[in-house]
This record gives sequence, structure tokens and C-alpha cells, in this order.
Amino acid sequence: MENIQPILQVKNLTHTYGIGTPFQRSAVEDLSFTVQPGEFLGIIGHTGSGKSTLIQHLNGLLRPTSGQVLLGGEDIWSEPRKIREVRFRVGLVFQYPEYQLFEETVYKDISFGPANQGKTGAELDHAVREAARLVGIRDDQLMKSPFELSGGQKRRVALAGVLAMEPEVLVLDEPTAGLDPAGRENLMANIRDFHRNRRTTVILVSHSMDEIARNVDRILVLKSAHVLMSGTPAEVFAQADALMAAGLDVPQVTRVAMALKARGLEVDPAVYTVEDLERQLLALRKGGAPC
Amino acid sequence: MNEMIETESLRFAYPADEGGEPVFALRGVDLTIEKGSFVVVLGHNGSGKSTLAKTFNAVLLPAGGKVYVEGMDTLDESLLLAIRQRVGMVFQNPDNQIVANVVEEDVAFAPENLGVPSEDIRRRVDDALKTVGMYDFVRHAPHLLSGGQKQRIAIAGVLAMEPACIVLDEATAMLDPVGRQEVLSTVHRLNKEKGITVVLITHHMNEAEEADRVVVMDNGKVEMDGTPAEVFTQVADLRHMGLTVPDTVDLLDRLRRRGLDVPLDALTVEACADAIAAEIGNLE
Repeated sequence: MENIQPILQVKNLTHTYGIGTPFQRSAVEDLSFTVQPGEFLGIIGHTGSGKSTLIQHLNGLLRPTSGQVLLGGEDIWSEPRKIREVRFRVGLVFQYPEYQLFEETVYKDISFGPANQGKTGAELDHAVREAARLVGIRDDQLMKSPFELSGGQKRRVALAGVLAMEPEVLVLDEPTAGLDPAGRENLMANIRDFHRNRRTTVILVSHSMDEIARNVDRILVLKSAHVLMSGTPAEVFAQADALMAAGLDVPQVTRVAMALKARGLEVDPAVYTVEDLERQLLALRKGGAPC
Repeated sequence: MNEMIETESLRFAYPADEGGEPVFALRGVDLTIEKGSFVVVLGHNGSGKSTLAKTFNAVLLPAGGKVYVEGMDTLDESLLLAIRQRVGMVFQNPDNQIVANVVEEDVAFAPENLGVPSEDIRRRVDDALKTVGMYDFVRHAPHLLSGGQKQRIAIAGVLAMEPACIVLDEATAMLDPVGRQEVLSTVHRLNKEKGITVVLITHHMNEAEEADRVVVMDNGKVEMDGTPAEVFTQVADLRHMGLTVPDTVDLLDRLRRRGLDVPLDALTVEACADAIAAEIGNLE
């Protein structure tokens, strides 16, 4: 059997802030997981669970206190001088990335990353236009100042700036925070398309259980610096009580399913979409009603 | 007088780009907010909901029509201070509205500026922090607090002015579920226990479930106005405006279309489960 090399391996990762001070605290502790090439992984956990600290290790913004991060099988810190290379291969989109736009035009802002990668001329132009197209920024918007755009459009520009580097792994920290329902759905559709068409590995960090469940192949749930559970959305939602105890917001439809089960209906409460629960209930009706 | 805030044919436009037409964010809004009520204003980005909120305490002034706060015309400059003392605002970003290095000093900022005597300030600050459940943090540095805690400090800062009405302009948008719940339960308590009028601007549908009234804005106008049950059952219209409906209503709507006899307005998880259990139980 062919052994597939994981694209990312996090091995016994610990990061301790303020070592030797009264504020010493481990934000992540002895954390291990692997990510397969092309996988869409969701990371969820409430504020302070260690999500942000964890993802800053994936492209070497933070250096582990102990443990390792392997990219394509190689420790990213084996040659610290090459860490810049890692940052091109693992693209990180921060929370509220629109605050990081700084160039005179949208075009220049998107080209900042790929230009630093050494792209020039037609190759650079292609990378910029392709990334803009992926996030739905029109050609006539490229020469505008990014500060003339709406909040949602600015966020798309910031995302395009990372996509233009054509990273092997795309890490997104709360990409839809603060957007309205239509804006959230549009942005997630862009990300899903990008993942599907390029087979790029995507890691999505979110507070929204709903958003995670609808998009990812596998979920990693963090709680106080540790992995609380991991598995497919269905496996994770089967433990809805534990999720709620960890301060996470389980979708309302999951809570309805739990309440129906409590009322004696034969419903599998590990659902996270309204369509799933509808299907289950219609099947119950057919099974139960004489027709 | 029973009206906290009243708008009459309210219009507002943001200045135009060079050579362009001004953009009207509000196109004739007539709305009355009763004293002591809890009103949620929903709408997608650009619907005018935040603009509307900012006219409620004269941060923005009408370009046409009127806004009255307890009968005071917001266009009357001499009433500005009185209006801002009656209606306090809490904004979206917790980091943009904290001004001091110590929690108690931040909360004291407004009453100090209003010239409240210092013994009175002490009492107001302590009361406000106790009310939002942050009294234990009275001498803490605000920047080390969580987002939900910062927003509660911001609410305490507004409370220290002893206002009649608090307007929260997407104050929960940047918070995680725990922080959001902290802020929501705080404002619900202020409304129930102190009778403070609350206007909550949001695009999270589930924050509207417990409101007295839901107002839906679209394209600068009020498109729906009613109880949560009245508003959320208009599934097609809400979707048309780029808004979602709660999972409960979505599920009930689908089941009805497949011929099940369930009500559409069982908004809460428990009510929805009761309705479905009753119907499917009958069939079995």
C-alpha cells in the first residue's frame, strides 16, 4: 500500500508564554495531529483555547517551546534561515486582514506577496489577476485604492494577496468574522472553490460550529491548550454535550435534534444541517404512518 | 410620554465620491421605540441599520425628516448634551472605545465629563461595574480582558451616565459565542431589571429570538416590523433580503411543505421540538 506523506505534522507541540515570569502559561501543550494533502481541516475552540497560537506555528511565526512542526516531512526549523520559504508555502490569513492593506492600489496590494517571492513580469501579473478573480474582485477594481472598497471587498483583497503566493497550505483565522450572512456565504464559497479546484490543503479556524461543519472534511476541537476531540463533522457532533460544555455554539438544528431524541423520537442527534434532520424526520413519518 | 425615540420621514445621505451622486443610506424611516422595550434591528451590510442607530443619539443628524429623543429634536444643537446623556451607544470594536488604562477610570470617563460630583462618580462606577458583573476587575488593565469583558466595560461606561436607552451597534459581531452570550444576558437584565430601553443592531438572527420586537431594514427603509414570530415566519422575504432564518423556522417550513401539520412560529428549540414531536407522534 502506498504511504501518503502528510503535508503537515504537528508533533508534541508546546508553546509557553512568559517563561520565568509570574505570567508563565502554556497556550498549547503537547499537541499532535497530522494534515493530509488536499484535506480541508477545521479547527474550533473558544477564545483562549490555543487556536491562534497553534496556527502561528504552522508557518513559523512562532517557534515551538518544545515539539516540532513538519512540512512535507521536514522540520520547518531545521534550517532557521529558510523559514521565509516556509511562509510562502504556508499562507496565513489573519483575523480582520483588511486592517493590513497598505498599498495605493488593489493591484499593488495583491502583488506584494508574489513579488517578494521573486515573481516578475507576466508571471506576477497572472498571479495577481488570477487571485483577484478567485475572490470575485473585478478587473476595474484593481486600480482603485483598497480604502475605497467596502469591508467585505477589502477582506477579499487581503485574501487574494495570500492566494497570489499559491501556497501549498492555506490557513484562515476566522475569515468570515463580522460579515453578514450573505457576505459569509460568498466568502466561504470562494474558499470552497479554491480548495476544490486547486486541491490546496485548507485549514479553517472558526468560532462558528455551523460554518465549520458545513465546509470541512475533519474537525479538530481545542480546549485549554489540548485537543478535546477530532473526527469527521458527524463524529464530532455525536458529542454535542461535550461541545457545549467546552463553550462552543452547537448549531440550533443539532439542539432541536437532541430535544427530539429527549422526547422519545428515534432521531440521530449528530446532525448539523437542517436538510439532514428534515430527511430523518420524513423517514420517521414514512416508517411510522400507515400509507 | 411613552416614546423613547421617534423618527419621522428620516433621511440620511453619505457624501458622494467626486462627481458621483450622494448615497442615501436612509430613505424615509418612520419608527417609534417605546420606553422600556427591547428592539432588535436586523439587516444585511449596507441596509442602513448602523446609520439609523447613529441618528438615535445625534452622532449623525438627519438630512431630511426628524429624530426625537424623549421629545428632544436631535437637530437642536443646544440639546445635544442632554440627548447623549439619555441615549448611550456601544460600538462594534471593543478596542476602539476604551480610553483609560484602568477599568474604573474608563467607566468614570463619561460622568467626569458631565461634571458629576466625585462621591457620586464613585457610586455610579461601582454600581455600573456590579450591574455588568465586572466589579472584580475594577483596578484591572482593560487591554488584558477578553472581548466580551471589554464590551461589558463599555456598557458600564454608558450605564455610569445613567441613560434611559442603550443602543448597541453590532456590539457582539467581533465576539466569540461565550462573549456574545455575556453581553446579551447583560443587556437583557438591564432591560428587565432597570427598565432601560435597548436597541440592539445585529445580523445574528438568534439574538432576536427574545426581543419584544424585530425591525428589519433593507435599502434604507423599514421592511418588516413585528414580534420575532411575526418576522421570522416570512421565510421567503427574509431570504430575498439576504438574511437567514433560524434553523427552527427553516426546519418547520420544510416539513410543512412536505405536508406535515406543524406551526411555523415555534422559534425556540424547545417549542420546535414540542411541535414536531406532537405531529410525528400523532402519525405513529
